[in-house]
Amino acid sequence: MIKLNSKTQDAVLFYALRFIALLVIGLLLFIMYILLDAAWPAITSNGLAFIFKSEWNPVEDQFGALPFIFGTLVTSFIAVMLATPVSILVALFISEYLPKSISHFVSLMVEMVAAIPSIVFGLWGIFYLAPFVKGSLAPFLKSYFGYLPIFSGPSFGIGIITASLVLAVMIVPTISSICRSIFELIPQHQKEASYALGSTKFEMIKMAVISPSLSGISSAVVLGLGRALGETMAVTMLIGNSPVISKSIFSPAATMASVMANEYTDANTPLHVSSLCYLALLLFFITFLSNLFAKSIVKNFSKI
Amino acid sequence: MNYRIIRKIKNALFKFVIVLSAFMVLIPLFLIIQFVFVQGMGSLNLSFFTEIPKPVGEIGGGMKHAILGTIYTVLLGALMAVPIGITCGVYLSEFRKSKLSKTLRLTVDLMSGIPSIVIGIFAYLMVVVPLKSFSALAGGVALAIIMLPIIIKTSEEILKLVPDHIREAGLALGLPRWKIIFFIILKGSVSNLLTGIILAISRAAGETAPLLFTAFGNMYMNFNMKEPMATLPVQIYTYAISPFKDWQRQAWAGAFILMVLILAMNIFARYVLTKIKDKKGF
Repeated sequence: MIKLNSKTQDAVLFYALRFIALLVIGLLLFIMYILLDAAWPAITSNGLAFIFKSEWNPVEDQFGALPFIFGTLVTSFIAVMLATPVSILVALFISEYLPKSISHFVSLMVEMVAAIPSIVFGLWGIFYLAPFVKGSLAPFLKSYFGYLPIFSGPSFGIGIITASLVLAVMIVPTISSICRSIFELIPQHQKEASYALGSTKFEMIKMAVISPSLSGISSAVVLGLGRALGETMAVTMLIGNSPVISKSIFSPAATMASVMANEYTDANTPLHVSSLCYLALLLFFITFLSNLFAKSIVKNFSKI
Repeated sequence: MNYRIIRKIKNALFKFVIVLSAFMVLIPLFLIIQFVFVQGMGSLNLSFFTEIPKPVGEIGGGMKHAILGTIYTVLLGALMAVPIGITCGVYLSEFRKSKLSKTLRLTVDLMSGIPSIVIGIFAYLMVVVPLKSFSALAGGVALAIIMLPIIIKTSEEILKLVPDHIREAGLALGLPRWKIIFFIILKGSVSNLLTGIILAISRAAGETAPLLFTAFGNMYMNFNMKEPMATLPVQIYTYAISPFKDWQRQAWAGAFILMVLILAMNIFARYVLTKIKDKKGF
């Protein structure tokens, strides 16, 4: 039996821990490499034109990602637009208006939404939200704003708007919990200074809470966007899955994640599989960049 | 004077909008939970827990195979993710400022942002393609990658709560550092680390997308990790998009069970974690 002195023992531990840490970093790079490798045939055959081609027809080996990129961006954009103001207001409500004892409970409630599995959101969307959109929301929007092209065409219940609504509900907890943690960083004396100048609560919030947190809020929004971009199941069940680019938000569409979920197991030709991996790679990089961007904002924010 | 009134009106209006928006967030939450409860409770019966699916078209059957399958795949994933995750947590809490720690933290953040469907494709390429069959093992690998960043983050936070004087007390006794880590820090934090693991498990148990083309699903009992295995989320998905009324009923029952399990685990873990943080660990 070899006896090691405690210095050597610690060196062994140190390198073992380092090795595991490097392993995890390596795993992320490995995921990138494997996706790139699987997507390579599609990249060499289509190149960057893949992103701008709008035809997706596996039967004739035509693969263009534009409809899916369009669907992903539009649904995420609408969801973020709907969720952002509400999330900020809810964060303010919890941190500034509610007494401490209740605020804990309410913020827990809001964060519970984030824990509900997306399949449950999807199920709820199919049987509750889709009929609601078809029966109430779409006729309402049509009767008042029907002349706008984005509200044209019939609504079948499932489509861009339904998927966006569910996405919005799903990302509210993400955005609002980050906003709340940022608002709680604001020092008390800053708020009191604003009150001392004679401002009302609204003016205090505007001056002392919102404006110093703007960069933090934007990073929260970007993180919410990242979650919306990658969301799969709820969107797959609610968007209608047809690779078309339509100007109406009532029409069905497809997202990058939804087409992967739908077609990956049925893909027969190597180019089809590879094109789906190309989509996965693109989605990986889009979410990767948006998360990196959000991180860098937070980094600058914490320096102030 | 007039100006003051306008300011007060603005203030009141703002308060009104804020309260309204809080309700706008709480109402969908309430609606979803209520809807799943009502639909799920009504669809639940004993055979849901004790039977496997009947052939297509026949009424009845249950999701016993999927419930057990979910437990199986999630535990398989946890088996892979927990040791690595806690080790990384130890590294991050013991060597807080090293360059590698910073890189690892960034990696963890980026990893938790990867869409779960992309992780599913990775697990497919890594496990399903070489083994030439959908398998529970592949599902476990996918879930492990989803759990890993959560476990690393929570265990780092928990281990950081161990006060420095405890480490120093160990060093003063002349113990090597690994003994301090294993026999003092980790041993004292076992129950706290478990809550982090429960949080990760509750996240993984609800994932559907990464299991679609890894564990895949089937209609009978299976405990062989090299074969396809049914899981609750995937089973709910297949039943939800099917045209059969009875299958849709079972999807609701499944969603109910899944949601109750996940919310219970989540609330429990969060409750314990806030307790720990209030007490500052140890």
